[in-house]
Amino acid sequence: MASKKCPEINASSMADISFLLLIFFLVATTMNVDSGIRRTLPPIVDEEQDKGQDVKERNVLLVYVNMYNQVAIAGNRVEIDEIKDIAKEFITNPTGDPNLPEFEAPKKPIPGFPNALVSKGVISLQNDRGTSYETYIQVQNELTRAYSEVRSEKSQTTFNKPYKDLSKEERDIVHMLVPTRISEAEPRNLAK
Amino acid sequence: MAQNIRKKGNKETPAVSTASLPDIIFMLLFFFMVSTSMREVEMQVKLELPDATEAQKLEKKSLASYIYIGPPNDVAKYGSTPKIQLNNAYASIDQIGEFIAAERDKLKEEERPEMTTVIKVNKITHMGMVTDLKQALRRANALNIIYASNKDNKKRDNSIF
Repeated sequence: MASKKCPEINASSMADISFLLLIFFLVATTMNVDSGIRRTLPPIVDEEQDKGQDVKERNVLLVYVNMYNQVAIAGNRVEIDEIKDIAKEFITNPTGDPNLPEFEAPKKPIPGFPNALVSKGVISLQNDRGTSYETYIQVQNELTRAYSEVRSEKSQTTFNKPYKDLSKEERDIVHMLVPTRISEAEPRNLAK
Repeated sequence: MAQNIRKKGNKETPAVSTASLPDIIFMLLFFFMVSTSMREVEMQVKLELPDATEAQKLEKKSLASYIYIGPPNDVAKYGSTPKIQLNNAYASIDQIGEFIAAERDKLKEEERPEMTTVIKVNKITHMGMVTDLKQALRRANALNIIYASNKDNKKRDNSIF
């Protein structure tokens, strides 16, 4: 009566089951990768110890965004489109202008480039409490764009390659030659 | 051989074998199972991120913790002033330190310095709130931050070269 052979299991519904699971995962998946502008905040300092760093006026570019989302660089009103070129000129100081930042030897020598000089310029970005986040990010974006354009020029002159073709080590060197120096100061508490 | 083919060719086409279909589906299934990251939090604020051309991708998702700021979904109940959302609930600025400490505890010792805070802020928010958040993060010593924004390549490029 009992058959010797084990009867074959009907596997035709397997496809349906896995289809069902597949559709579940398709729906539940979030594939989007987060992207954004990366920044490092300065560590907090004791207010008593904080005497303010001695920075020469020529080494600071003051970018201020007010509560009406207007941008001023060093006291002059500018449009958002103009920020990048001003920032680039400030970072590179191509003509050796005495009003633009000076260059110094980096604190940590850069491997392979013992005589390289690095700009001392710091871009100080200030905002009001009433500034809209969108404008703030636009300004941040323009400043980042200035830095990345200076970096791609630097990689062209030092390695004779566009930035995107550089190896990890070469990129690190370019980042040491052109460090991102954006100081996000505490805002002026003018408006609520 | 040639005769054989001619003989068959005139008759109806044979049914396509579907025996490998489950295998193919399984392969897709495994791909999605592996690449899935489930949505852990229920959004309770409206997020409309700003656009930025220079947005970089977040490299290590496991090291990221998320803070959301935006107007509440339920305007009738909570009003339309932007609120901070941590995990699944609204929070005040004083809870940031606690939140960061809890997130830091989840990571391994050697990964902690690399911890990144992704702040997703609705673009209509005023900077006052973001500044308070930044100060709280500085106090909590969570210094690596990402201003989440949509990567936007279409934007005009007015560079000089």
